[in-house]
Parts: sequence; structure tokens; C-alpha cells
Amino acid sequence: MTDLLHQAHLAHESDAIDDVPLQLLAPDGSRVADERNAPYRARIADLDADALRGLLRDMVLVRAFDTEATSLQRQGELALYAPLLGQEAAQIGSGRALAPQDMAFPSYREHGVAYTRGVDLPQVLQLFRGIDHGGWDSEAHNFHLYTLVIGSHALHATGYAMGVQRDGLVGTGDPARDTAVIAYFGDGATSQGDVSEALGFAAVNNAPVVLFCQNNQWAISVPTSKQTRVPIYRRGAGFGVPSIRVDGNDVLAVYAATQEALERARTGGGPTFIEAVTYRMGAHTTSDDPTRYRTSEEEQHWRDRDPIDRMRAHLVAEGLWDAEHQAALDAEAAALGERVRTYVKGLGRPAASSMFDHVYATDHSLVTRESAWFADYEASFAETQGGHR
Amino acid sequence: MPTFERFTMPDAGEGLTEADIVTWHVAVGDPVTVNQTIVEIETAKSLVELPSPFTGVVAEILAVEGTTVEVGQPIIVIDTDPTGAAGPVDAGAGAQDQDQEPAAEASDVPEESGSGAVLVGYGVATAGTTRRARRATEPSTPSVPDAVGQAAAPAPAPARTTTASPAPASPANARSTSAPSATVPSTPAGLTAPASAAVAPSARPASVVPALVHPVQSVTQVAPRPGTLAVRAKPPVRKFARDMGVDLSSVHATGPGGIVTREDVLAYSAQAQPRALATYVDDDAPWLATGQVSSDGRQTRVPVKSVRKRTAEAMVASAFTAPHVTVFHTVDVTKTMRLVARLREDREFTDVRVTPLLITAKALLLAVNRHPEINASWDEVTQEIVYKHYINLGIAASTPRGLVVPNIKDAHRLGLKGLAQGLADLTATARAGRTSPADMSDGTITITNVGVFGIDTGTPILNPGEAAILAFGAIREQPWVHKGKIKKRFVTQLALSVDHRLVDGALGSRLLSDVAAVLEEPSQALVWG
Repeated sequence: MTDLLHQAHLAHESDAIDDVPLQLLAPDGSRVADERNAPYRARIADLDADALRGLLRDMVLVRAFDTEATSLQRQGELALYAPLLGQEAAQIGSGRALAPQDMAFPSYREHGVAYTRGVDLPQVLQLFRGIDHGGWDSEAHNFHLYTLVIGSHALHATGYAMGVQRDGLVGTGDPARDTAVIAYFGDGATSQGDVSEALGFAAVNNAPVVLFCQNNQWAISVPTSKQTRVPIYRRGAGFGVPSIRVDGNDVLAVYAATQEALERARTGGGPTFIEAVTYRMGAHTTSDDPTRYRTSEEEQHWRDRDPIDRMRAHLVAEGLWDAEHQAALDAEAAALGERVRTYVKGLGRPAASSMFDHVYATDHSLVTRESAWFADYEASFAETQGGHR
Repeated sequence: MPTFERFTMPDAGEGLTEADIVTWHVAVGDPVTVNQTIVEIETAKSLVELPSPFTGVVAEILAVEGTTVEVGQPIIVIDTDPTGAAGPVDAGAGAQDQDQEPAAEASDVPEESGSGAVLVGYGVATAGTTRRARRATEPSTPSVPDAVGQAAAPAPAPARTTTASPAPASPANARSTSAPSATVPSTPAGLTAPASAAVAPSARPASVVPALVHPVQSVTQVAPRPGTLAVRAKPPVRKFARDMGVDLSSVHATGPGGIVTREDVLAYSAQAQPRALATYVDDDAPWLATGQVSSDGRQTRVPVKSVRKRTAEAMVASAFTAPHVTVFHTVDVTKTMRLVARLREDREFTDVRVTPLLITAKALLLAVNRHPEINASWDEVTQEIVYKHYINLGIAASTPRGLVVPNIKDAHRLGLKGLAQGLADLTATARAGRTSPADMSDGTITITNVGVFGIDTGTPILNPGEAAILAFGAIREQPWVHKGKIKKRFVTQLALSVDHRLVDGALGSRLLSDVAAVLEEPSQALVWG
């Protein structure tokens, strides 16, 4: 039985001070050390130089991918693209805290998380080119397909977590077995009923799920101030879910906070709600023009808080980063961009018949019939065409 | 061999069908790299910068600034192997065409209307939509072997040798290269098409006609023609055309079965001549960027679109809903000119431009502060007058793209320097053609500076949704009675138009008189500020 009283108490008592996001790195890259973040500092203490450099590398590569994908959309190679620009720390920090057996449910902007789950980034673009509903094997990577319906996957994740619980994969004490689930959604999704429902279900079932909200300030053109009167993370308290607000552009703080939440889930401590305060530096999607609804001052404010610059400044200050590292990383990023471009241009068209492939898990007479009819119909074009493209 | 790649207009939003070319950032001969910004386009949704998909040298620009291009139409040709030996542009480009464009039953599909769907999953119309087979043989299918068609269709001179002028993508050529796809099995987009590149160079008669073809029209205005491979015409008509110097493949055929008649040749010739006249000698840019020249060459019809269209709509809406009243005032602005001269020396203002317009803007803000009822709008739907507690000061700006009226948000909160900065930003943005719809929305009162054109004053038409607009005339040195004597003074004329539904003559007059008072004696601003 969950100790709801205790949790509610926890969430209330610290409201005021917790409105200040947890931070381990200041925007200038210096370490922040205070009484409140001490337990989180302990969680990153074992990150060695390679691990710290790895976090920067992850963010830079993901941004290189993002830039290339945005260009490819502008060149007509992609129908649409949702850039993650500015949200690298929130995604890499949380993604790197996941254990291999943990399951992640992304929305449609989590390219950084996809990368940490071992998905080959170019594959993500199959969806945005419109030739596949997903692009990767979600079971192989423990990374669900992108969900375009806002917020609905918070429920999927909670249900999945309840399944994990019933499979007895929580609180066994075996770190290789204990499993947590994480769902990614945005500030706009918190206005959807689904997210509230997920919080409710997760709380009463003590589901091993982390509800990870990237508050990037803008739900397309609607600012957070039009979504909520209180900081989003405080929603959790009402449902009895421990909640924390973290600086989403501080990769170390995100890593530590997510690790804590995942650990709570795996050990049977139940759900956690995380609000990572970040900023969508680019457009909502390539169909959006953010200059119509926000100011250049605001954009500049957040450019000065760029998550990558922050981590790089930290590594440089610690003497862990030099020109050689930078040059190698730049080359790696350029090569990734090139690879993404080649991959996308080489994507052909899927056979039209592939749309029948996953309607049912096994053969189905109606689908088989429809598939055959369609093949016949397609073949009737051959005389004018010499085959379809 | 040089390899020519075409970049077609992408769908920069979801389901857009066309976009306007705003600014080219590259010219023919410029080197470009992958993802370098090459052009700025304006869609129905936003201004978008397009990055180059290729590294190479710009061989040809196929759509001039200001034109509207359908999604899927090629806009630029880039030579991705400029060190190779020269070859005709359209051989390579045509090869590209071929792999992307299925052979349509082209009798009613213009071939230039798209080089294939690079976009997927969206409802953008692209050329070459496939249709089901018709069992009967199409009357419009090629009746002449391919080779004849290629021979009849002249290839233009390679673009690289003609340097500045965009080589006309001769319709003939497009046909000669795209048509063979009827017989070549189509391949997936992106693969290199076989063989066709090798065909074109051999087919290059010394045709002179393409030079007559208007560069713009060759892109935007190619009439649908029968998609037959060869031009069908009787021998006397062929000779007639040759004598006239007319390329038969450019002629719109009206004869039975798609035959080009003598009349067709004459009509084309008449149309082609004035096109040449409409272009200044030694000037690549046509006199009017777009439009259809009448057959006698004395008129050009230009479709109304973009800023012109919006201006027209706004002016009609304003002029025929708001009854305009205009009041005038002639004022001695000598002290304002002294103030301008002094402020230009002031260290505080070193990095901003101080102009009489700036002082006028300030004077208007002060006057509105004294008569806030003028800062209002008529709401026809709710039958209410909306009084604005803020001033978004509009400045009418003449830009290369037409008239735009961006406004300085919350101008009433700005000091003189902030106002100067606001004016400078607004002007720079407008000149660069980057004024966004947000910049232009929700204005509350406007200044139009007709004085910059040397004009005394005018009767301005209200910006829709506003109740007053101030015209600021030219400032001239004139004889003026000053302290009982005739002196040489700086004098200007002000005119204020108001919406008489909500502003009476008395209010308009008082406002204008207050503006004039500040311009005549700027220290009055201390009293009213």
C-alpha cells in the first residue's frame, strides 16, 4: 500500500523553494553547489571525464542531425520535421540515465532520446519522409514509436508500467531485472486529459513510470502562461506523485534527477513527475514560423542559456576539453550530417503493398483478399507506366 | 562531365502548393555548398530560407524574384562537377527530369509543371500523375520516332557560356529530353537515368529563336502544348516558320490533331516580338518582372498578387467603410530643424538616425496622449468603439515589394532614443523585405512621410482599423512672417485624415494643432510630456 499521506506531505512542504529548478551547472558552466542539490551532486560524482565528454558529444551529434534534417525538409526531402534544437540536455541527460531494460515512450521530438536508445538517427527520418509509420524496431531498442497524438502515450506508458509491475520486474533487488518506464511529453500535453489520467493511474497503482515533461515554453504558438497558473511540476502533488522541477538545459541536473526518479520506479517507489524547464529554440515544426508569436529578445535570452555551450564551458573550465577534442567532434558531427543526407536521399519508396503488412500480427483472410485486389489494381497501371515508381 | 542537378521548389509547410521567390542569395556562376542558403521564399505561412541540396556552381536560375512558383517546379540548376567538360545544361537536367517524371499522357499535362514528387504523403499536385491504362491507343501518343523529335528540338546554348542571362529553358528542349521517358522504364527518384544525357549534345542545331523567348515566361508561362514528341506541321508551314525565325516547338498548336498552322506561327511571332521590345537592351531583367504582353506590344497585364493585392484590399476596405475627413496645417518647423541638428551632435544619439520624422512621431505621440479618444477603432460587428490604451505607431514604408505599414509596438512607452531605434529597426526590416505579419498587425495610428518624395502633402487613406493618419510633407525654406518680419524659415505642411464615424472635425483639428505646436516649439514637449 502506498503511503499517500507521506508523499503528499513531501510534495507540499517544499513547494516554494522547489519552484526554482534544480541546477548543477550554472549557465556559464560553473558548478552549482548548495544544500538542496547535494544528493544530486552525489549522483553525478561517479561520472568520469569520458562520461562527461560523452554527454557533450551526444548533444553535439544530435544537434548536427537536427540541423541536417531541418535542411533536408527545406530541400523537399522530408514532408515535415520537428526540430529538437535547444532541448538536447533534457533529452540526452534523461536518456543516458535509462538502463537497457527500461522502456521509453517518446512523443515526436525525442530524437535525442532515440539516439541514447541506440536507434540509428537517420532511421528516424523515415517517418518524416512519410514512408514508414516508425522506422525502428521498438522492442529491440526499448524505445516505442513516435506518438503524434499529444499526450496519449502518457497513458500507454503508465499501462505498460503496470504490466511491468505485474510481470514482477519491480523491486526484485536485481539491478539487471528491475525495470522502469519513462514517458516524454511537452508542456502543451499537460493540458490534455490523458496526462492527468496517466498521473492518476500511475499514482493509485504505484506504477514504475517517470512522467517526463519537457517544458519548452511554447505549445506551438501558445505560451505556458496560457496553459497553467502554477508551475507544471506542481500538478504531480495533486495526484500524489512526487515531483521535481529541473533546469532542462543543464544536462547534469537532468541526468541526476531522472536517475533518482528511475531508481524510485525500479525499486517499487512508484511514479515521479519531472518538469525539465527548457526552450524550443527552433520552430515547432518546419511548418511553423515562431517569429510570428515570440520576440527576438526572448530567443536571445535562451540562446545565452544554450545547453551545449554550458556543458562545453564546464568541460573547458575543468580542463577536460581542448581544441583537439573539439576538432574531432566537429568532424564527427559533419560526417553524421553527411551520412544522414546520403541515407535520406537513398530511401526509395516502400512497396504500396507494405501497408497491409502490420494490420494484424498474423494472416487475416480479409486483409489477404484486399492486398491481392490492390496488387491487381496497381498492375493495371503498367501499360502506361512501365511500372510504378 | 559537368553534372547538372535541379532543385525543385519544396513544400516548406504542410500541403502548400506554391511560393513566391523573394530574394536570390546566389547568382549564376557562384559556387555553393550543401546547406548554404541560396534563396528566400515566401509561402502562405512564412518567409523561409532554402538551403542548397548540392555543392557546385550555379548554372542557371530558373525563377526570377517576384514570381510565384508551384511546388515541384525547378528553380535552380547547379553544376555539381564544374571541372568537367562543358555540356548542355538541359542534357543533365533533363536526365534528372526523366527519372522523376513519369511519361504522362501529356496531351493535357504541361511537362514543365513539375519534375516529380520529392515530397511524399501530401496532397500537392505534381505533374505526371499516373492514370490507368486506356485500352485504346492515345491519339496524342508519339507518331514520330524519338530520334526525329530530338533532332527537331533544338537545345539552347549552354548556360555557362551565356553568363549573366539565365539561359532560357527552351520549352523545346524540355520536351526533347523528357519525352523519351515514354520509352525508358522509369527508375526510382534519385537514381541516374540511363543514356539520355548522351542524346542531347548531338541535337544542337544553330537555333536562334530561344534568345527571343522571354526568360521569365519560359519558366512561368509556358502554355500547355501537346506532348507529342515531334511538332506536327505541314511542309509549307515549316518553311514559313523557318523564314520567320520561329521555333516550331515553341508554338501553340491549334490545328486539328495538334497540327501547327500558319496562323499559329503568325500569332506566336506577334507575341514574341513585343516580348523582346519589353526588355531593355543589355538588361537581363525584363522591364516588368512578370506579366503577359499584349499582341500589339502596347500593354502588359500583370496579375495582382502579394503585397499589391493586400494593399488594394486594405485601401478599398478603408476608403469605402470609413468616411474620411482631412484637415491641413502649415507650420514653421525651424526650431525642430535646429533640434534635429543639435541631437545629431549629441553623444546619446550617435548610433541612431535623428530626422524630422522622429520629432514628428514624438509630437504625434504627445498629441495622442492629450487626446486619447483619437487612438481608437470602429468595431462594426459589435457596434462598439474600441479605445486603445497603447499606441502602436504605424509608419507607411515604400519597399521594393510594395507598400507596407509596420508599426512600433507600445511606442508611447519609448523615449526619444528608443523611438529612433524603433524607427530604424522598422525601416531596415521593411527595406530588407522581412516585415512579418505580426509587425503590421494591431496598429493604432499611422504616419505617412510623403515629404521624402518632395511632396507638400496629401490626403492619406486610413490604415484599416485605425481612426487617424498623419501625412508629413516636405520641409522647404520659405518666406514666412516671423516676429513681424518676413524671414527665411523652414516650413512644412501637415495633413490629418480621420474616420468621421468616431472622430469629429474638432477632435481631429485639436490633435493636428497640438502636433504642429510641438513642431513649431519643441520645448512644448516638456509641458506635455
